[in-house]
Amino acid sequence: MWKNIFDWLNERLGLNDLQKSLLERPEPKGNWWNTLGSASLFLFILQGLTGIFLTVYYTPSPDHAYDSVNYIMNDVAFGWLIRGIHHWGATLMVIVVFVHMLRVFVTASYKYPRELTWLIGVGLLIATLGMGFTGYLLPWNQRAFWATTVGTQIAGTVPFVGEFILKALRGGPDLSALTLQRFFAGHIWMLPAVLVGLIGVHLFLIIRHGESHWPKKED
Amino acid sequence: MPESLSRRDFMKVSVYFVGGIVGATVGLPAVGYLIDPALGGVAKEAWIPLGKLADMPEVGKPYPFSFTRVQVNGWERTATSHGGFVIRKSDAPDDLVILNSRCTHLACTVNWKEEERVFLCPCHDASFDAEGAVLDGPPPRPLDRYAEFRVTEDGILEIFYKEG
Ligand code: HEM
Ligand code: FES
Repeated sequence: MWKNIFDWLNERLGLNDLQKSLLERPEPKGNWWNTLGSASLFLFILQGLTGIFLTVYYTPSPDHAYDSVNYIMNDVAFGWLIRGIHHWGATLMVIVVFVHMLRVFVTASYKYPRELTWLIGVGLLIATLGMGFTGYLLPWNQRAFWATTVGTQIAGTVPFVGEFILKALRGGPDLSALTLQRFFAGHIWMLPAVLVGLIGVHLFLIIRHGESHWPKKED
Repeated sequence: MPESLSRRDFMKVSVYFVGGIVGATVGLPAVGYLIDPALGGVAKEAWIPLGKLADMPEVGKPYPFSFTRVQVNGWERTATSHGGFVIRKSDAPDDLVILNSRCTHLACTVNWKEEERVFLCPCHDASFDAEGAVLDGPPPRPLDRYAEFRVTEDGILEIFYKEG
């Protein structure tokens, strides 16, 4: 019976082809530095999964945010693990994305025809930093509160429009429930949506152009 | 037999095997995390003191009482108030009826009307007699009773309260 079910699925999904293309393809003759993009992607997916799990208990309200994070850490089975992965994964992701960009810079892979891939990469870095910035406020502890106070204050020093940017980020002149709610919305909906879109185009361009060759002595 | 197992097949089996182990180490905690609040949660119970029995001397007179229970749900606490009446049926210290003042129709709180000697529900005009039996109105059953009670050594009347 299992064989029948497998055959039925296989005929429609092409599982054999899938196995072939994923597991039985020849090893790429690359360089370990070229794996950093895939590592970034993996970390993004990991953050997405652990993030979705955190939203099962996390509450973006000044009355409950701190307590709900405490609850995740102390009372929920494996809550410490899920939050721990999300917490350290966030830092690791920023580092990995940044080193990925450094390697593209050092190997000069941003040149024709890959300028657009590079520009989109800049967007990816900014969006990732945005994830870190918005996520940092969510536990609503002292450190989170003052870090965001300082961060938005810095944004407020932009000439002419600074005042407006500060109010737009905070949802008013001060840090409040509105700030927490809009940071949460940005953190779980808007920035991830931007990241997914940018990653899609980034990967499309990489498949289209193939890997740039590793620079030789003559280059 | 080692001869019949090619390097390629060995790798294939290893990848699925390791993948399975990794999947389980990640998947099981994930399931535990999701269902955690559904585990635990045995009904909470307690003896609630209502006051000195000596302060409720009159036979047939409903003495009101109230108490508050705090429920902790995750990171949130909800306080619920409960109330009722103690009625002596005779002078014997264990001959008591302890009623819950929550109407059995739709949960409004009933009040004692001394002139008519009935409990009246303000919501749909139900009335109950002094022992909680329905006299009139929509309630499907008599007022609930706290059936388990005891009097401590210092003469305090306590009821046994069970959540849910
Ligand atoms: C894509 C990269 C992501 C990065 C870099 C990132 C970064 C962060 C950071 C720095 C924090 C604060 C962590 C802490 O102090 O414990 C955080 C918290 C949080 N993140 Fe993310 N995150 C990402 C993706 C996501 C996604 C996709 C979701 C949900 C769909 C999510 C949901 C949450 C939630 C609910 C919290 C609050 C709980 C907590 O503070 O532990 N995150 N994130
Ligand atoms: S709730 Fe008491 S009569 Fe309807």
